[in-house]
Amino acid sequence: MNMIFNYIREIFRAISSLWAGMRITGKYFVSPGQIVTQKYPENRATLKMQERFKGEIIMPHDENNQHRCTGCGICEMNCPNGSIEILTNRVPNADGKTERIIDKHIYHLSMCTFCGLCVKTCPSDALAFGQEFEHAVFDRKKLTKVLNQPGSSLKKEAKQ
Amino acid sequence: MSSTSTIYDFSTLTGSIDAALHNWMSPGLVLTAELVLVGLIFLTFYALLGLFLVYLERKVCAVMQNRYGPNRVGPLGLLQTIADLIKLLMKELIPIRKADQFLFNLAPFIVIIASFMAIAATPFAKGLQAVDLNIGVFYVMAVSSLGVVGILLAGWSSNSKYSLIGAMRSGAQIVSYELSVGLSLLAIVVFSGTMQLSGIVESQADGWWIFKGHIPAFISFVIFLVASTAEINRGPFDLAEAESELTAGFHTEYSGIKFAFFFLAEYINMFIVAAIGATVFLGGWMPFHIGNWEAFNHVMDFIPSMVWFFLKTFFVVYLIMWFKWTFPRLRIDQLLTLEWKYLMPISLINIVVIAFIVLMGWHF
Amino acid sequence: MSEEIIKNIIVRENEDYIINMGPQHPSTHGVLRLEVCLQGETVKYIIPHIGYIHRGIEKMCEAITYQQIIHLTDRMDYLSAHMNNEAVCLCVENALQVEVPERVKYIRTILDELNRLASHQLWWSAFGMDLGALTTFFYGLRDREMILDIFEESFGSRLLHSFNAPGGLMHDVHPNFQKGIKDFITYFRKKLPEYDQLLTGNVIFQQRAKGIGIMSREKAIAYGVTGPSGRGSGFSCDLRKYAPYSAYDKVQFNEILYTEGDTLARYKVRMDEMWESMNIIEQLVDNIPEGDYTAKMKPIIKLPAGEYFQRVETARGELAVYIVSDGNKTPYRMKFRSPNFSNLFVMNELAAGGKIADLIAISGSLDLVIPDIDR
Repeated sequence: MNMIFNYIREIFRAISSLWAGMRITGKYFVSPGQIVTQKYPENRATLKMQERFKGEIIMPHDENNQHRCTGCGICEMNCPNGSIEILTNRVPNADGKTERIIDKHIYHLSMCTFCGLCVKTCPSDALAFGQEFEHAVFDRKKLTKVLNQPGSSLKKEAKQ
Repeated sequence: MSSTSTIYDFSTLTGSIDAALHNWMSPGLVLTAELVLVGLIFLTFYALLGLFLVYLERKVCAVMQNRYGPNRVGPLGLLQTIADLIKLLMKELIPIRKADQFLFNLAPFIVIIASFMAIAATPFAKGLQAVDLNIGVFYVMAVSSLGVVGILLAGWSSNSKYSLIGAMRSGAQIVSYELSVGLSLLAIVVFSGTMQLSGIVESQADGWWIFKGHIPAFISFVIFLVASTAEINRGPFDLAEAESELTAGFHTEYSGIKFAFFFLAEYINMFIVAAIGATVFLGGWMPFHIGNWEAFNHVMDFIPSMVWFFLKTFFVVYLIMWFKWTFPRLRIDQLLTLEWKYLMPISLINIVVIAFIVLMGWHF
Repeated sequence: MSEEIIKNIIVRENEDYIINMGPQHPSTHGVLRLEVCLQGETVKYIIPHIGYIHRGIEKMCEAITYQQIIHLTDRMDYLSAHMNNEAVCLCVENALQVEVPERVKYIRTILDELNRLASHQLWWSAFGMDLGALTTFFYGLRDREMILDIFEESFGSRLLHSFNAPGGLMHDVHPNFQKGIKDFITYFRKKLPEYDQLLTGNVIFQQRAKGIGIMSREKAIAYGVTGPSGRGSGFSCDLRKYAPYSAYDKVQFNEILYTEGDTLARYKVRMDEMWESMNIIEQLVDNIPEGDYTAKMKPIIKLPAGEYFQRVETARGELAVYIVSDGNKTPYRMKFRSPNFSNLFVMNELAAGGKIADLIAISGSLDLVIPDIDR
């Protein structure tokens, strides 16, 4: 008799535990307002990444097309993956001495691990993280970027 | 019965078509023409239903999981499954070199034919039934269990170890759960005294069996739900597929449209099981009637019988989906324990109780 | 390993039914390959094959500076990225005898626990999915998203945030940091009971987990199984208690111990640890002292010649870092003792004799992260 009682109790316990689970999924089924996913390409206009989001490395330029990079090469040295290459030119300056200025700041996005060491160690704050995250391209050569814009020059007051 | 007289009877429509065909054809030709016509209608219905069920499943599970579900192709993603079908049709059929080619190609057809045959006996509305066999329940049971042959063949002929395990699981599972499904349907057969599906529906004119049959009928309904979910290889009894254990079980090696056949058959089987459950327990196309409340019953009759049928069927379909998206999967030995130690004894006792109730005339 | 299993492995018979689970398989959670020998549904033995995602992190460390090493450790156990970072940082700081500011210690501890929560949430989701309850995956990830948002706000990245640096942090946390965490904890305290209702209480789950893959305390110690998996067997191995680092000596918390040693016990340890982690965070989040986010460090770190060792408790067990330095700016040798490596190899003991489905449940309950095994 006791066995039969246990058998029946077991069944009821099982059913109630199953019902508890079904209540949870049922609750979400009847409240579609709780949907958390986003319709991504449609919400592009309102989608705003966090301000510190590490999308890519950029070199901010001001309105005069001037940047702060002196071409010192510290970012290149600190990058663990070799994703930064710096090509410099030596040009004579006003005083008649040769000065090193940056020719190309090459950034290989395909190799970057976003560790942030280049941005952190840059002595003149020339680098920053950009919010762009749609990096998909058909040709991986496009992932190699030149960060300084053509014709840009060094912002002098940055040296202070 | 007076209360059912206002329901539109489809047999007048089908009868007039039959008469019209007889006017300008010989009887033999009429039979052929009608067979072709019914076949075409069912094929179309079958394809559309499969596509819709796939869409419905994805939408239901998505909302349960706080997602949108398909929303790209067409309004509300309604055309998503059609796009998927086109994709599956265009996919390469990967030949398995060491597979048993004949059986490998035959298996999807067996699965899909089995589900196709079962749909023939389903009463969709009053007078709308392809074949009204006097052993309808028995026929559906017999035909729907043919599908396991296809699954076994698929698993065996793929010459893949995962497939074989999946197929063997499926064999063990369906052979045992067939019993519970049969016994739970038998309960209502005892109540209504007929195996004819249209007869079972007619017997529920004054109330559905799930209400009329006291608690035993409800127990039968629950057992039917559980056992039939197992029979159609759906979660939490999807051991034959068990994607976290056997990658895809018996259809691991199938691709393209052959895979689509298995996929479609699974969903059609779900519909069939739900239709049988709705017909036997929930009154099929019979509107919601309460005893002799004539006015109430009359209002209910204004809702077309087909609507009633699909409402009930999709309610059962939803229940089956709800199970799948809530519960974890059972292990094979627990699956058999559930059948042989719980469902089977309970349904046997249930049958005895029901027979007693019917003998004493206690049901309504 | 028991005699019989070893004999089975050595004497392979022709009629052995061997299936390869992985390297691509839905429930090996990565590129682990398990060679499973079956007898019908029963598992005779398994041979794990590792190395599919071996990247030579230890060797790579010998060529780069200590600051650069940090970002590689993210990629070992990517679900406890912060703890991995911290292990290296603590080791370097101890070697240099640097005292990091109190603020850094508090923030590190909070982030440890947040990371542990995120990791356990993902584990819960994937464990449910291994057992066939597909909905758990979305609920777990939904709540984990809140933590990842907090991470993103402060560090800019969600999973592999190289936020620690030797001497402190890369930069200060976002001003919204505390508020975000408090919001999350109020939210998650409501959601966590739902996890129990959906999965823990479920009779099917109980049957799948109870008494499956029993690991005795002795076995756990013999194999070096640490973390929640070890604590499920009654092996008291919580380094946060026994060798407190950062701010763990300033908080009150319980070490979760279960003695059953089965899959359910390992499950319960993790579920309870989520509650405990929230307790720890709540104790710390309001008391973060003001101060610098990093100690003063030289731009080029050179460890004095010698050997240095540091252990931390990650979400999966004990991670140990061992550095041999010859005085240069790069380590001479770097060795990681990763928790998953030890946790993996106990699997043969647990799964042999069970069903295939049990093997999946056990591997899920050990919570393996394959890149950490291969490194």
